[in-house]
Formats: sequence, structure tokens, C-alpha cells
Amino acid sequence: MTNQVVIVGAGHAAGQAAASLRQEGYDGKIVMIGDEPYLPYQRPPLSKKFLAGELSIERVYFKPPAFYEKADVEQKLNTTVTEIERAQRTVHTSTGESIPYSKLILATGSRVRELNVPGFDLDGVNYLRTIDDVSKIQSKFKEGNKLVVVGGGYIGLEVAAVAVKRGIDVTVLEMAPMVMARVVDPIVSSFYERIHAEEGVKIVKGAAVSSFEGQDGKLTRVNCSDNTNFDADFVVVGVGILPNVELAQAAGLDVENGIIVNEFCQTSDPDILAIGDCTNHPNPLLGERLRLESVQNALEQGKTAAATICGRELVYAQIPWFWSDQYDLKLQIVGLSAGYDEAVVRGNPDDGRSFAVFYLKEGKMIAVDAVNRPPEFMMGKLMVAGGAKLPAETLRDESINMKEMAQMAKDAS
Amino acid sequence: MAKITFVEFNGTEHEVEAEEGTTLMEAAINNMVPGIDADCGGACACATCMIYVPAEMAAKIPEAEDMETTMIDFAENADATSRLSCQITVTPELDGAKVKLPESQH
Repeated sequence: MTNQVVIVGAGHAAGQAAASLRQEGYDGKIVMIGDEPYLPYQRPPLSKKFLAGELSIERVYFKPPAFYEKADVEQKLNTTVTEIERAQRTVHTSTGESIPYSKLILATGSRVRELNVPGFDLDGVNYLRTIDDVSKIQSKFKEGNKLVVVGGGYIGLEVAAVAVKRGIDVTVLEMAPMVMARVVDPIVSSFYERIHAEEGVKIVKGAAVSSFEGQDGKLTRVNCSDNTNFDADFVVVGVGILPNVELAQAAGLDVENGIIVNEFCQTSDPDILAIGDCTNHPNPLLGERLRLESVQNALEQGKTAAATICGRELVYAQIPWFWSDQYDLKLQIVGLSAGYDEAVVRGNPDDGRSFAVFYLKEGKMIAVDAVNRPPEFMMGKLMVAGGAKLPAETLRDESINMKEMAQMAKDAS
Repeated sequence: MAKITFVEFNGTEHEVEAEEGTTLMEAAINNMVPGIDADCGGACACATCMIYVPAEMAAKIPEAEDMETTMIDFAENADATSRLSCQITVTPELDGAKVKLPESQH
């Protein structure tokens, strides 16, 4: 029988799985198949330092090219896996190859959600997911150019922050009544609206894009359903991503809002594992199933899948964390705030650029948003993991430092 | 290029060639030094690339900025010599430097 792990996908999760397989002592063959022309690279910098031109492509690679040689990982780039033939334990590719596997790892990631409105295919309508997307956007980075960002989430706001610093006229159109609506409390949302306004970005809320208008195939204007419109030299759409589950689905694996895996990253076929953005996985600490779009999730599931293949039990169980860089602001988030019933603010979000919000559910801390507040973030990790229960007035009290706070939470539990 | 030695918690040494202008974290990652996780890829967001810097080397590098200092202050296994390797840029003066790694980054 072939002793060969095939990894479908060549993103963060795929790169980590390959590295971890070798660290775990796997001595069979590893084949990584990716549809982009690049070795695994980090996506977070794409909307931050890489977009700003502050990082070269070599520095966004997940591992240097020499790594794959040393670790003996065969790369098949520019190649799409078209079918998994489970009975034969073989994958078929767009290049006509059939590659056998003993274990298969699906690291198919996600793709951008497209805005299917008239004019969607005009030159100048961009998305941001890949290195090539960034190149296209950067080619429009000319001082005085008008950029309309569609979607006031992390990607949209990070792009806005980079672009306005380059002297570009930036307008963000957000459909919801507040930015970052999916992930933060209105307190954090209003804070970011204030900062973007101070930096010169215009934010329009409740704006639903109805069409892109152009001349000679080139975008000139963005129209909204309330008949307002915005001149634009280019657009960046950031309205979320969709997990790439079609390959798994066609192979008859269980799929529901992601490829269903257990805490060892195994799908409904134990010889097929799935990791990263594309998975719907259990989180034993939170007691619920999640589909996460984050680096931590990609890295940790990559490690777990490698351990599983090597016969070692490494349960994937972590409190989720995320970050976003906009201007000089580092937003660090720990936990998932959905379902909170109280948001406790520490510091003053109406003035200055540093504060934190603790999200409580029935008195228990479930998440923290920390803006330029590493102590709140670092201790928040411990407190959320420990299910801290501290009174709001204690959390708010800045005369108590965060180390004391974490200790108080520990003592109280 | 500067030669940097990373010493794992168990004493294993890894001497690597670090390119000027990149960071010590990148030098470690690019040379597959175990014990540096660098989950956030160098954004000073996670404190999983901590190293211990000896005094003679500390004198040759700029002091940590506020964000880094605070992250370290709250990181596990940190002491007064701790730095985040993603925030240290490689310069010719660092040639021959030897830094130690913590038992774990988490």
C-alpha cells in the first residue's frame, strides 16, 4: 500500500500540516497540491503590511522554498484537484494526474463571497484573497484616486486604512447600521468609525450596492439601492468568505457549513482529514461546533491532523483568537462574543486610542476585544479559558492591573 | 549575513545564517528552528516567538517598544532578558550572537 499523504490546498493550514508531519516523524511521501502559483503564504499581511508595500513576497511565504526540499514535500502548484475517488484512495487533478493516497488532508480553505450585481465584471472591481489580488489593487494605488470599499469588516477597513495613508480618497460602504457588525459590540464599532473619520476615510452605513457602472469596460461609479452613487476609480469588495466544500461534498463526505470533522480533524471518512477555514469542527472548551476563519485555526488544525496521521492523539481545543491592524491600532480579540449579555468597557473609547471590552454571558467572561491593550488581551486569554466571573465594576477599575485581575479571577473560581 | 545561534530549552544549538534587514524570528523559521512558533507571523500580536537575549547582545539592539514590552510582561516564561524575536532586526553587529529559547511558547 502506498504510504503517501496528499494535501489538497497550499495555504497556511497545508503548510503547517506538512511541517508538522515531518516533526511528528512521518517518513512517507508528502504531496501538496495547490491551485495558486505560489508556495504556502500568510494571508493576514495581504490586507496589511504586504498591501502597504512594506513586506516583500519572500517575507510573506509561510516557509522558505528550501524548506519543502529539506522536508521532502512535493509541490504541485497551479493544479486543482477535481475529484476524490475514495474507493481507490486516489485524487484526480486538472493536469490529468491521478495521485494515490494513504491519508488525504483537505486544506481547501475558502473563497471570497462575490457580489453578483450588474457590472460585477468591470475592470476595477477587486477582491482581496490572494497575492495576485493584491498586485491588482496596488496597481490602482495612485494619489488622488478614488477607492470605494464595499463591506466594513476587517478586510475592508484594513484596506481603507492602508489606502488612505497612500493619499487615496476612500469611501467605505457598509450595508449594516454599523461597521464590523458581525464581530464586535457597538462600542468597538463606533470607536473604529471615529478613528477612520479622523484619518480621512468616509464611512457610509446602511448602503446596499445595487450595481457597478462603467465606461469601455472600466469601472467609474458605484450605485446603491437608495439611488445614491459614488465615483470610483477602483473598488475592493470585502463581504465575507465561503468555505470550499464542493470537493468533499462530491466525494460524499459530511458537509454542513464546512466539512464536518471531529476533534482530531477526521472527516466522516477516517482516511480523509480536513483542516483550516473549510472545516466545521467541535470546540470542546466552548461546547459547540465552529467554522473559523483564522490563522490560529489553520495552524492548530494542521498540527492536530499531522499528529492524528502519526497515531498521536492531539485534540484540537483552543480558545479562538484573532487580530486586526488598522493604522497604529492593534485590535486583539480572544474568544467569541456571540450571545453576550453585557459588555464591560475598560478605558475610554470616546477619546484616545486604547481601551478594552470584556464580553460577559450570565456573568462569565466569554470574549475580550483589546485595542492597543496587550495586558487585557494576554490576561483575557487566561480569564476566558478559565471562565472568569468578576463583577463589572472590578473589570472596569483601572487601578487594578491586569495581572492582579487575572489572579482575582483565579482565586474566585 | 550574521551568524545567530538559537539554543533550545534542552540545550540543542542551531546556528543559522540570518539575512540583514529580516528579523530574528524569520531567521529561526526559515531555518526550521523548533521552539519558535510565531503564530501571527511577526505582527507582535501573539508573543509566541519569545527568546532570551544576553546582556552583551541587548546592548547592540534597540530597546523594545511599548507594545512588545507589554506583551512580554504578560507572557508565560518571560523574564527581564526576554524579547520577541519578530521585533529584532538582524544587523551585522549581531554576528555571533547566541539566544536561548523558552521551554514552551504557550
